[in-house]
Amino acid sequence: MSNQKENLDVSIWRGDASGGKHVRYQVPREESQTILDIVYYVQRYLDPKLSYRYACRVGMCGSCAMMVNGKPRWTCRTHVQTVLDGNKVTIEPLRNLPVIKDLACDMSEFFDKWRKAEAVFHPTKTRDDEIELISPDSPKRQAAAAAIECINCAVCYAACDVVEMNPKYLGPAALNRAWTLVNDQRDGAQIERLRAVAGDAGCHNCHSQQGCMTYCPNELNPTLSIAGLKRVTAMAALKGKI
Amino acid sequence: MLNVHLYLAQRISAMVMAPLVLGHLAVMIYAIQGGLNAAEILSRTQGSLWWGLFYGLFVLAVSIHAAIGLRVIAHEYLKLTGGVLTAFTLIVGLTSLGMGGRAVIAVVM
Repeated sequence: MSNQKENLDVSIWRGDASGGKHVRYQVPREESQTILDIVYYVQRYLDPKLSYRYACRVGMCGSCAMMVNGKPRWTCRTHVQTVLDGNKVTIEPLRNLPVIKDLACDMSEFFDKWRKAEAVFHPTKTRDDEIELISPDSPKRQAAAAAIECINCAVCYAACDVVEMNPKYLGPAALNRAWTLVNDQRDGAQIERLRAVAGDAGCHNCHSQQGCMTYCPNELNPTLSIAGLKRVTAMAALKGKI
Repeated sequence: MLNVHLYLAQRISAMVMAPLVLGHLAVMIYAIQGGLNAAEILSRTQGSLWWGLFYGLFVLAVSIHAAIGLRVIAHEYLKLTGGVLTAFTLIVGLTSLGMGGRAVIAVVM
């Protein structure tokens, strides 16, 4: 690579819940460099007080998401060359979540909403029962399979304008997970889940702007899952079930 | 701030409005063929139960649909919640119904 010794002009948001500001750093550009590599470099060599979160570095754990040049990204799998603005990179904490310090957000509310959406499996069998056979070709299993590979990174939550405008809204990740369980024939809390996602903070608040789908690093489509929830809850309401 | 019942009310009112809007547009195009004047319109609508039901249903559907739509905007942009948001929704809906109903009565009665 011809420009290996060039420096990147990196601006990182530093601060906490009471406020903060962008601080600029010069970071050497490397081949196949990711955004997480930049953050790692700053913390390792320039400012050890920089706080951020990561674990697996291979796009599985969902812990390293940040705003990169204004867009939510999984930073361990985002190559610098794909997002560079000239030679500038701006890195900020995820939108729509309270900041703890620097690039580390408080994820409590995000995961609390998963519980509020009944995005939790309620088993109907014990370990002594026969394993329930589910055909991979069944429409319900296919609908669940299309939405199942969520890594809980909160990129969709940060991309969602409805969450920004209506902070109680359960958000695309929790509703996407609820949709996989609506399609799980082993689950025993279907009516409770439909009630949970049909309330004032539920799926009907989605405006189908598809920010979640646009930025989901695993190319899931939470908007489609939410549309499924709208359809199923509407039918349940018309039948008087919820 | 939309639950499933408000969502259904808004979608069903939209389904009611869709054919009524098409009917209204068709009549408008037909009605202006020989020029547009109040006497001609009133001669068609006054005493007509059919046009009273047509526009009465239209006003009812619009009142429900618009009140719920503005409720969402009021919550997201004006941050109205709880009783204030409910009052806002009812005021918009009932005002639309009252004004629209008055207009329907004026051209039918």
